[in-house]
Amino acid sequence: MKKIIISVIALFGIFNAKAQENTNNEPSKKLSLDEINLVSSYYKQDGNNSAVTGGVGTEKLTDISNTIDVTMVKYDKKLRKNKFDFSVGIDHYTSASSDMVDLKANSSASRSDNRIYPTLNWSRENENKGTTLMAGVSFSSEYDYQSYGANIGFAKKTPDKMGEFTAKFQAYLDQVKLIAPIELRTGDNNGTSGRNTFALSLSYSQIINQNFQVEFLADGIQQTGYLSLPFHRVYFTDNSVHQEALPDKRFKIPLGVRANYFLGDKFIVRAYYRYYTDDWGLKSNTFSLETPVKISPFLSVSPFYRYYSQTAAKYFAPYQQHTAFDDFYTSNYDLSKFDSHFYGAGIRISPKNGLFGVERLNMLEIRYGHYTKSVGMKSDIISLNLRFK
Amino acid sequence: MKNFIKIKTAICFLVTITSVQSCTTIKEYEKNKLNDAEMALGNRTIEKTELSFQSYREGSSGANAGKVGGGCGCN
Repeated sequence: MKKIIISVIALFGIFNAKAQENTNNEPSKKLSLDEINLVSSYYKQDGNNSAVTGGVGTEKLTDISNTIDVTMVKYDKKLRKNKFDFSVGIDHYTSASSDMVDLKANSSASRSDNRIYPTLNWSRENENKGTTLMAGVSFSSEYDYQSYGANIGFAKKTPDKMGEFTAKFQAYLDQVKLIAPIELRTGDNNGTSGRNTFALSLSYSQIINQNFQVEFLADGIQQTGYLSLPFHRVYFTDNSVHQEALPDKRFKIPLGVRANYFLGDKFIVRAYYRYYTDDWGLKSNTFSLETPVKISPFLSVSPFYRYYSQTAAKYFAPYQQHTAFDDFYTSNYDLSKFDSHFYGAGIRISPKNGLFGVERLNMLEIRYGHYTKSVGMKSDIISLNLRFK
Repeated sequence: MKNFIKIKTAICFLVTITSVQSCTTIKEYEKNKLNDAEMALGNRTIEKTELSFQSYREGSSGANAGKVGGGCGCN
């Protein structure tokens, strides 16, 4: 909480300092601040199917997340718009299930952890040609997991500027620390193993008319390396305990479509559907609907609902149902068959003259959601977004 | 087979919807509704953490729906 307050005060300081104003109509060739977004969230969950204890046991977890996202813009000599986006996030979580890596400990070292994840993205838009080039790098670090990411992309608008095709390639090179459940440790457990993810994302967006636009999405994702988690237990029918074992390859194909429609002057309908399939036998369908209602030009309320269902991965079985004949096994309920409901609402305030007397604080949004899974897990999340412009 | 029929039905539905609405060229000054912040295609900034927890708690994360890497989410 203290960190959030300090961040907000620091941002007020930045904006109360003399800002560099661009008074003519020429786009600025100097690097100038476009916007700053501050997002804070509090998440808590509970359930009784923790993978750390073999598909039984508490899933109690809390997570406090803060991210700051700074976007800067600079036009070059050819009047191409260069956008630089720097973001850094810090999460602090406590997890009762991670605490059970050591079954006897009530407050072991794995009970809580911090995660830090900076990213840097750049894009260059040529408005005359309707093309955009983009690239970025990312990093994420927590005690037992490090990830290095990079991406590169290209976008091209149709000649009438009503449609846009985007292709993006992302790569993540991760390292997992091999922390085994305490009873399965044999000497030194400080090794690491690699996990690589390569994703190609294609999308096409189209403006249909003054009120309606759609977007089609298709991805191909290849994961290789150590895809299990070393501290996930699996209990066989004979009550023997083992570390989770999953194949070292996974290929995923998600396909999606979004459609946003402005209905009259006050209602917006945001719809999304996604179909997913992979070679572990998991298939899923996601449908979500959000309907922002404009109470006034500066205030809107957005109720939302999301439905999700998935089939089980072929390597999943509950507690004490795997046998020694299985090559691969997991009792992680995130890979089981279930459906889930996520619903809630958000409120967004964006007054013309800023909030709390700060002209540049031009948007505040608060959003709450409640999530339930048919396998008994429940969670709540509340998020706050402050935008300075 | 069942899923293939579902996808086919969804595609037919989308094609029908998009063809009923004719694609006309919209001038910049006619885009005030399309340019509304809440009409933006893509995920909203405030959804960041929601997308992370969904990708952790569900088995089907992918590039266009939350993270594919950049953190374990193993708890």
